[in-house]
Amino acid sequence: MSTARESAVRVGVLFPDLLGTYGDGGNALVLAQRLAWRDISVDLVTVASGTAAPDSCDLYLVGGGEDGPQVQATRELADSRALHRAVDAGAAVLAVCAGMQILGHRFPDATGTERPGLGLLDCDTVRVDRPRAVGELLTTEATAPDPSGGPDLALGVLTGFENHASRTVPGASSTTLAPVEVGEGNGDGTEGVVCGRIVGTYLHGPVLARNPRLADLLLGWVVGPDALTPLDDGEVDTLRAERLRAARSHELAPRRSWRDLLRRS
Amino acid sequence: MAPPPPSLPTRARFAVATGRAVAGASKLVHFGSGSVIGGRAALLVDRDLLRRLTHGRDVVVVSGTNGKTTTTRLIGAALGTDRPVVSNSLGANMAPGIVAALGAADPGATAVLEVDERWVESVLRDTRAGTVVLLNLSRDQLDRTQEVRKLAERWRRALHTNPPARVVANADDPLVAWAAAAAPHVVWVGTGQEWTADAAGCPNCSGRIAFSPGSWRCTACDLARPEPDVTLSDGAISLSGTTVDVALSLPGGVNQVNAAFALATAVALGADPERAAGAVAAVDEVAGRYRVAHIGGHAVRLLLAKNPAGWHEALGMLQPAPAPVVVAINARIADGHDPSWLWDVDYERLDDRFVVATGERRHDLAVRLRYAGVEHSVADDAADAVRAAAAAAGHEPGSVIDLAANYTAFQEYLELVGGPR
Repeated sequence: MSTARESAVRVGVLFPDLLGTYGDGGNALVLAQRLAWRDISVDLVTVASGTAAPDSCDLYLVGGGEDGPQVQATRELADSRALHRAVDAGAAVLAVCAGMQILGHRFPDATGTERPGLGLLDCDTVRVDRPRAVGELLTTEATAPDPSGGPDLALGVLTGFENHASRTVPGASSTTLAPVEVGEGNGDGTEGVVCGRIVGTYLHGPVLARNPRLADLLLGWVVGPDALTPLDDGEVDTLRAERLRAARSHELAPRRSWRDLLRRS
Repeated sequence: MAPPPPSLPTRARFAVATGRAVAGASKLVHFGSGSVIGGRAALLVDRDLLRRLTHGRDVVVVSGTNGKTTTTRLIGAALGTDRPVVSNSLGANMAPGIVAALGAADPGATAVLEVDERWVESVLRDTRAGTVVLLNLSRDQLDRTQEVRKLAERWRRALHTNPPARVVANADDPLVAWAAAAAPHVVWVGTGQEWTADAAGCPNCSGRIAFSPGSWRCTACDLARPEPDVTLSDGAISLSGTTVDVALSLPGGVNQVNAAFALATAVALGADPERAAGAVAAVDEVAGRYRVAHIGGHAVRLLLAKNPAGWHEALGMLQPAPAPVVVAINARIADGHDPSWLWDVDYERLDDRFVVATGERRHDLAVRLRYAGVEHSVADDAADAVRAAAAAAGHEPGSVIDLAANYTAFQEYLELVGGPR
């Protein structure tokens, strides 16, 4: 797959109107720009709810969202099975937060009732009697298995922001992205669920803006790693260094002052 | 400052006096205006203080994600043409800020109260407000507030439990329309709403809302856009039976929308439409927004935008390209700790000008601008940012530089130039 592609990379953005609450739409922009900067043509396919999802994309993005819309998105994908067909054909998927939850076997809806997921990721999402996980999330060095059997692919530490009530239990046939250093992640000390070319994560930020190696992992699965010439990620490196420092010092609010608290609490 | 009105019970009078003493002490040690901490102290002395301060008083509650402070100010101006008005005009919009504003007020004054979206339920219970103005609901501070649908549910429940005499509500926002429909009498304001990204899921049935130009309806249940009583076109506001021209001093289409809500409310409360419109048109600054001041040796216009829907409007108010712009982003508790929303803002609209990123989360913004293809630099503080913008190509010497900031960044710069007036 390392030869130049004849056709544009098709990136399917699923239901941003239902699952686009937390800035996850930025992941599509990051992928598109990282391809464009390398002179690889890209076709962003935005799929609104109520329209049929295509099964012909190379890469799919499923974002985070609220409980009600999450159920609606699951219903549409379960009915059409477009994502199932695409995954069977080798498509890559990035599923964030609610997106990861609905790709698993089951997840709780707004009322706490268990709903069947799409069964594409081997994990279960469950209600827990713990506070909502909200804050900076930082992992140790993350890796992802190579779907074609090569050595694990190094992703660096992962940084982002998590905001979820439920927790996710990875199944026996899945791997996780990394142990958690700061924050909650899946809830068992790990973060993320990976099955084949499907990556699930609780990281917002958006995750691909803050973690360019994860973006290039997904793109490498589509265009081959040799096509991914290096990019200038200097501004991202500055941001990552700043967020790592903030997460490690548990500085959720940079320079938060008493004055700030008194003024607006 | 006037003493508390004599009609209040002793405990409430003592509570107000305590609050004022604490606020004064707080102000002396430079903790801001002290109104919030003073209000908290007063509420500790008398938990029922808000109920007592609004007993027998006409109360207007104004809430929504965006436009609360401005609309509250405009309603105050409109009603001020024929009656005394008291207002929490500086944006302290939870119970402590509200009791602080009401503490010394004339008992006959109409209270026009900006109320945080999460506090509508409790403020309505305490004040039994006769008029509730519901502007819009969209994503904001998702790490500390709630999903917008849950807010809509709480509003609906509040209007059902303590029904006001009238609700003035946005017909173009499905979440607001669904919540307001629980009230017995609604004045529907239909001004068009460009930001619809948070309303695709029906609040009534979780079905899908279909938007068409000027209208919307659920594809699964019978929730649909109500027929508006008040509309806006080309600066003219049509109320039932009359149309008034409003030549606003405030910029931007969004302030015409705020003015339509303000006039709809004031006229429903008996104000004369023409006089009210004149008072609304004269307002030129709201809690420091749109003020022109000097920072870093240059004239700067301060603009506030807190969330994607607010930025959508603010980007449209900027001076035309290629005028450079300073954008300042913080992520403190009052802003929300997660600035991922930067990716929901169409900063690509700035691609024909130079942008200087500043604020505590300037590096998040720089990455966002890089992916947006916007030429930019990063500056550590406001003065440096303004100087960098002034040095950029496209800036005409001596002209005003637009500085658009989110909440706590805006507050910080406002303090730099003398604070709210």
